[in-house]
Parts: sequence; structure tokens; C-alpha cells
Amino acid sequence: MGFNELSIEEFGQKLRAGEVTSEAVTKAILDAIDADQTNAFITKPDRDAALERAREIDAKLAAGEDLGPLAGVPIALKDNLCTKGVRTTAASKILGDFEPPYDATAVRKLAEAGAIAVGKANLDEFAMGSSNENSAFGPVDNPVNTDYVPGGSSGGSAAAVAGHLCLAALGSDTGGSIRQPAALTGTVGLKPTYGRVSRYGLIAFGSSLDQIGPITKTVRDAAYVLEAIQGPCEFDMTSMEVEAGDYQAAVDAGVSGLKIGVPKEYFELGAGEDAIHPEVKAAVQNALSTLEAQGAELVDISLPHTEYAIATYYLIATAEASSNLSRFDGVRYGHRSDDAPDLESLYENSRSEGFGDEVKRRIMLGTYVLSAGFYDAYYKKAQQVRTLIKQDFENAFQEVDAIVTPTTPSPAFKKGEKTDDPLQMYLEDIYTISCNLAGIPGISVPCGTTGDGLPIGLQILAPAFREDTLFQVAGEWERSGK
Amino acid sequence: MSIYDEWDLVVGCEVHCQLATNTKIFSSAPTAFGAEPNTQVNEVDLGLPGVLPVLNGKGVGFAVAAGLALDCEINQTSIFARKNYFYPDLPKGYQISQHETPICGEGHLDVTLEDGSTKRVGITRIHMEEDAGKSTHAGANSLVDLNRAGVPLIEIVSEPDMSHPDEVVAYLKELRAIVVYLGVCDGNMEEGSFRCDANVSVKRKGATELGTRCELKNINSFKFIKDAINYEMRRQIELIESGQKVIQQTRLFNPDRGVTFAMRDKEESHDYRYFPEPDLPPMVVSDARLAEIKESMPELPAAKRARYQSEFDLSAYDAGVLSDHRPIAEFFEGAVAECPDDPKQVANWVINELLKEASADDIASDEFKVKPAQFGELVKLISTDVISGKIAKKVLPKMLETGDGAEEIVEREGLKQVTDTGAIEQFVDEVIAANPGQVQEYRDGKESLFGFFMGQVMKASRGKANPGMVQQMLRSKLKG
Repeated sequence: MGFNELSIEEFGQKLRAGEVTSEAVTKAILDAIDADQTNAFITKPDRDAALERAREIDAKLAAGEDLGPLAGVPIALKDNLCTKGVRTTAASKILGDFEPPYDATAVRKLAEAGAIAVGKANLDEFAMGSSNENSAFGPVDNPVNTDYVPGGSSGGSAAAVAGHLCLAALGSDTGGSIRQPAALTGTVGLKPTYGRVSRYGLIAFGSSLDQIGPITKTVRDAAYVLEAIQGPCEFDMTSMEVEAGDYQAAVDAGVSGLKIGVPKEYFELGAGEDAIHPEVKAAVQNALSTLEAQGAELVDISLPHTEYAIATYYLIATAEASSNLSRFDGVRYGHRSDDAPDLESLYENSRSEGFGDEVKRRIMLGTYVLSAGFYDAYYKKAQQVRTLIKQDFENAFQEVDAIVTPTTPSPAFKKGEKTDDPLQMYLEDIYTISCNLAGIPGISVPCGTTGDGLPIGLQILAPAFREDTLFQVAGEWERSGK
Repeated sequence: MSIYDEWDLVVGCEVHCQLATNTKIFSSAPTAFGAEPNTQVNEVDLGLPGVLPVLNGKGVGFAVAAGLALDCEINQTSIFARKNYFYPDLPKGYQISQHETPICGEGHLDVTLEDGSTKRVGITRIHMEEDAGKSTHAGANSLVDLNRAGVPLIEIVSEPDMSHPDEVVAYLKELRAIVVYLGVCDGNMEEGSFRCDANVSVKRKGATELGTRCELKNINSFKFIKDAINYEMRRQIELIESGQKVIQQTRLFNPDRGVTFAMRDKEESHDYRYFPEPDLPPMVVSDARLAEIKESMPELPAAKRARYQSEFDLSAYDAGVLSDHRPIAEFFEGAVAECPDDPKQVANWVINELLKEASADDIASDEFKVKPAQFGELVKLISTDVISGKIAKKVLPKMLETGDGAEEIVEREGLKQVTDTGAIEQFVDEVIAANPGQVQEYRDGKESLFGFFMGQVMKASRGKANPGMVQQMLRSKLKG
């Protein structure tokens, strides 16, 4: 087993036992990245800088400094996170060679915790997609089976963790973009509560939905990363100061006495293409039985507005995106068309050349739903339905401590399989989207594989700011489900 | 016959006030005017990817204060919204403004017109927003300066309640006085800190339906506003009378030619696609904060004007001079506190003497040497006959120069008025004895010589003799 295959927890144990150094694990990671065939990275790490930083951490540890669990840990960053002086692309041509003059808060906090940034991971352009096929830098292979997509939009981050090209990665999740690729690659993906992690420095897609979170190999590792990146931030007014539980203790706490809600809507999807894959359904039901056997009480619940979640999401997220992406205009930075004889064509040509098809589709959709005469019917109505969806969860959490569902209706699909049918692609997020609309935390943990060896994901949802409950359930399943 | 006999003018105003904060509304970049282009910007003002707005709390307090001053309903929860449009001086491609739920709702301002009557102008709303940058077009190139991008503004929208250019000017002057008074805005029209757009339409006298309006934009002086509205009124009337239609458009005023002209050839209809700004939570002004702002509200110019007239028996004009500028009013009130028995004398001395030497800005400056109490002390010395007005006029410049107290200067320089009857009699006797010819002429009926004798006695006393006592004694002694 190479050092690159370690979890953060295992690496920490070996590091403190003197069996490994940060330099050694970093070198193993850098070698693996150099050999990568999955196209997981848009910008590979600066080898010398990463090793130099690893040696610094080793020196500090040797000098007896008490560094936290992320000290010396190589972590990949989704390339929509701003990194000071390092090209940040959001997988779009429109940003050109843009180098931010600042770090995203989450990136800065990881660095302060001693982590070593190892490269900028591939993604769907501006985090718009569920297969990582919408990247201007090419698609990413699923390391489990390279014919398949790794999911998206944090496909590069998930592939990098699953392919052992880092010990952990940061992703961003607007409608499932951390949890869905985690499910498809057999990794752990956590979307924190909206406001738990600062969005400062995350290139915005849907501002009221976006959250940064970890993709890791284990539940405990996700807790380590969240501990490091969470907390209020003076540069993000939507970040909040809410006390976090003891995540490490929660991972070990077990589920005895916990009430787990099973939303019937998530298992009763219509026939035909929308139907839940039988192997996924069986795997999740098996997980539920296991949790019950460990002392959890299963409660049937209803989230009656679930069927409107995708429509609601694609109105709100695209509306916000259409506005968020207006700043990419060729005036101050990024791609500017050579063919710009006047202002109108500067805008039109720079943006036409710079954005990919899916991004253009969403900008157009979002612009439309905000237009005079349509606003009330679309955007405003969507906000009202969003409130109902939120209330569904509030009501459910009156009865239960957590909700367990599949992360996706089916396992990974083949590359090219859904690219011609955006609506089919959007259905990938059917189980994950409500969580973003409600602003609650969600985690996807591995839940076995299909007969074809493709990973299945189990999603756990909890009330806002109760990530500790997620860790409790996820930790139990990880332990007892093996 | 006046044009107003046949036509009604209808004007509503949108006033943009730049809030007097040190930093921008959503970033920590400074707001000072006149810096080198693009030096007062940071990543937020530039609209770089991933950055977020952070609301300037001081600006919120200013907006609430302005709302309270205009009797507006305060929306303790208000919402920021994005106004989307593309322009190179708008870095994000949207302006953060307020749309459906502004910080202040309906209010009103009572304006005193020149004939002494009062006009109530309805306030529709006040909302907060960020300014855009500035574009300069030079030949084929356009240059963008983002120093102004993100400067905090409030937009004060009035009802179309004004029916004469003089009402518009009176409204704007009062509004400006108020925001300056509150310290909310420096009121500088030339630098664009206080900018007015006027929506102007005309209709046949007494007609109920409003005419099509034109928006006159960014007029930067009260005179130009009056000229622009007068021109625009006549232009619209001429169009209608010649059977044409007024086209709704944005027009600019050319002060050199005294005309308004359409800003764009073709008026595009904008769809700003407003929606709530997801990067900013609803803005909440707590009960405590609101109470604190209410508590700190100064008495406003109109209230002061009224009080000065009723409490101190001042004329409307004097009350106006003393209340128009907050530093002067505060100085005046401080001086009255020291000389409470003679506020009218204090008023006269502030208006006739102090304001000859110093402007409102001077008085507001920390370096201004005379404190209100010292000035009150000076007036008190006059009204209690310790010194004459003439002596006081010599003392004031010394106070301004040294910062010493009035009493201290009077004492040090021996300027105290002589009120001792014996001493005054001596001066009078000396003068009568020294001028027998004039005494005879006076006694023969040339009463105009009295002034000569007064002058001589005052001169002999080096100005210190009490003029009333001198007058009395001279009259009796000259009678012979």
C-alpha cells in the first residue's frame, strides 16, 4: 500500500509514530498525480513548492510542535476555489489565465491547519453539471471504471480522492456536486449547512445554495476537514456563528436511540427512467436495517414537495447564476474576444467564445426566469416552493434526528450517455437538491457496489447545523456496514 | 398672463446622496474624492470572482437617520436586490440596490416657500445602493475609473408633488440642509455628493391625467435645476400645442445653452431583472439600534427655525441664518447658554460680527479658537454694560486670534467700561471746558453738535465711558 492510499487518520497515526513524513506522503501523491490518466486536475501542483512546504511541516513536528490532524496532509482543491497567485479557471475558458490575488477563506484555513495544497481539481464548468463532462479542460474518468463518469460537478475532486491523488479534497455543492460524485466514486462527500463554511473565494454559481465541503476516504476524515474550514468569516455575511458539536466524538457515538426518517417519496419514484435502480434500493434498505440493528429507530416520513425540487432548483440556481456570471464580460480580466470592434460585440463575442454550452443554457434560462413578466411565474413561485420544501424538512425533523436516502437513483453512468439530454442529466440530482434548497447539511457515504462493481452512495440529512448527527449516523454505518 | 394659468407643471425628484462613510458600502476601500483613477478599489469593487459584499453598518445608520428626518416609515427588515445590466463601469454586471423592500417607506418634507407658505412634499421611499464607476469616452477608446464604484448612496424618491420650479429648488435646498445637518452627506453638488434627477411633465390646467414625463438627469446646481425645468416645461408645452407628443426619455441639461437634450438617440427599454441579493441576508435594524439612532437625531433646521422665532423672538430671516448650518446653530445655542438673558443680542452678534469673520466650516473646525461659551461671555459683557459694543468689536478679533476669553482680554487691556459717575463727570467737564465755542453754538440751538461732544468725551475716556451715562450727563450739563 502506497503512502498515497492512506486516509488522513491513518497518515496522522503513522506520522506521529514516526513511520512516515509529510514529505514522503507528499512525494507519493505528487508521483501519483504525475502518472494520472483520469484528467482529475486542471492545474497540477508545483512540485518543489509542495515538497518544500511538506518539509516545513515535518520540521515543525520534529521540533515538537503540536499541529492538528491536517498537518502535512496533501489536499486537492476544486478549481472554482480561488488560490492566491495560482491560476483558477472554474473549468471555463472565460477566465483565461486569471490568478486571484487572494485565497478563498476555506483554502486559507486549510493552509493554516498545515494542509498542503496539491493542485486544482477538474470540475464541470462553473460547477454546472453532474458528470464532469462540461469542462473546458476535458472530461474526467471515474477511477473505479474509466468508461464511466465520476459524477459532477466536483468530479475531479472525487476522482482525485478515489484515485489516491490526494488524501482529501475540497469540493463545492450547489445541488449535489459533492455528494453525487462521492457516491459515484465510492468516497465520502459532505455538504455542510448553508452558512457553516465561508463562501468567500468560491466562484459563485448559485449563491443561496453553494457550500464548500470535503470529499474524503472516511467519515472521520470528513470531520477533520470540516473542523478546519468551518466558522464565520468577516468576508461572507451569509456565514454564521453557530456552535459545532464534537464531530470526532460523534463519529464514534453510535446511533442507539436515534430516530432515522425514511422518506417514502425517495423510494417511490415513478416508473420508467425515473425509477430508482433496484440494486441501489436494496443497498440502501440493507443500510437502514443495519442502522436499525445498531439501535436506531426507523420512522416512515413524508417530504411531500420533493417532486417539485428539481424544477425549483433549476429556476433559482440558474437565476442566480445568470447574474453571478455577468462579471465575466471581457472588460477587466479573463478572456476578451479579439473580434470586438464595439462594446456590444466585446460582450457578445467574449462571452460566446468563453462560455461552454451548458453554462450558456443556464445563463439563458436564468435570464428568462428573471425577466419582466416572467419573474412572478418562475422565480418568485420557485422561492415560494422553496419555502415549502424547507418546511417539509422542518416538519420531518420535529419527528426524527436524521433522514436517510439514496444519494443518487442509480450508480455511475457511461461517458456520453446523458450529454445529449440535459433533463436526464438534471435528474441525477433528484435526491440531493432538496438539501441545498433547505440549506441543511447532507453527507454521502459509500454503500457497497452493484454487481458491476460500481459504487452506491447512502445519503444522510440532518437539521441545519447538526453536522454532528450526520457524523453519528455515517460513522455507525461505516463501522457496522463493513 | 402666466403660463401657469393654462398649464400645470408636475415634478417629482430622485435625489442621490453620497453617504459620508470613510469606506465603501460593501468593501473596505476608501471613498475619498479626487484620487488617482482606480486607486481606491479592492477586489470587491473590481468584481473579481468569488468575492462577496460586506455591508457598511455606518451607512445603514445614516440611511435610517435620513428616513427619520423625513418622517418616513422605517422598514426594520429591508432587502437588498440586484439590478442587472451590462456596462463597463459596473464591474459585477449588476448594481446592488434595494427594490421591493427599501430601508425607508413613505414620509414627507414640509418646505417653506419664499412667500412664507408651507408646501408638503411626499417622500415615496429611500433606498440604499452602491454607486457605479465613471466612464470617460476619448475618441475610439473608453476609460473606466472605478474609484466611485461601491460608494454608498441613498436615493430619496419624492412624489410628483411639486408644481413650480421654485418649489423644487426649495425642496432640494431643505433636503440638502437636512442631510448635511445629519452628517449623512457632505452635500457637495459639484463633486456629485448630492445629485438630483427631476421627472418633469405638464398637463392642461386642472386635468387629472398626468402627462408623459421626461427625466432630467444629474443636474448639479440649484440654478441649473430651475433653468432646466423651466426650459423643459416650455419645450413640452410647445410640443403639445403643435400637435406632437412628448416622448418619455432621459434628458440632460446643457447649462451653456440653457437647453435640455435627449441623452440617447433611441431610448431602450431596460429590463433590470431585479431579484433579492443572495449574498446579503435581509438587513435588520433592531429596536435598540433604531432607538439609538432616534436618540442621536439632532433638532433639524425647520424645528430650530420655528423655535428660534418663538423662544428667542427672532425674525424669520435671522432664525434662518442661524439654523441653516449646523455648526452655526450649535455655536449660537452654546453662546445663548452662557448669555441666557439676552438671546437676541447673541443672535445679532453671531449674525453681524461672527459670520463676518468666519464661515460655518471655520466654526466647525477644531482649530477655531473661539468657543461658544466664550462668545456668550462677550455678549454678556455688552448686555451687562461691562463693555460697550464698540469695545466688544475690538475684543472679538483678539479672541479669534488668541483663543483667550472675553473677560480675560477686557481685564488685561483695561477695557472695562467706566460707569463711575464721578469719573464720567470729570471727562464731561474737561470737554465742556476745552470747547467753549461749540458749547455756545449748541446752546444757541445747533443741536447737531451733540455728537461732537459725545465723540470727544468717549475719546477722552479712550472709549471706555458708558455711552448712556455720558449722553445723560452731557445733555444736562450742556443745558447750562
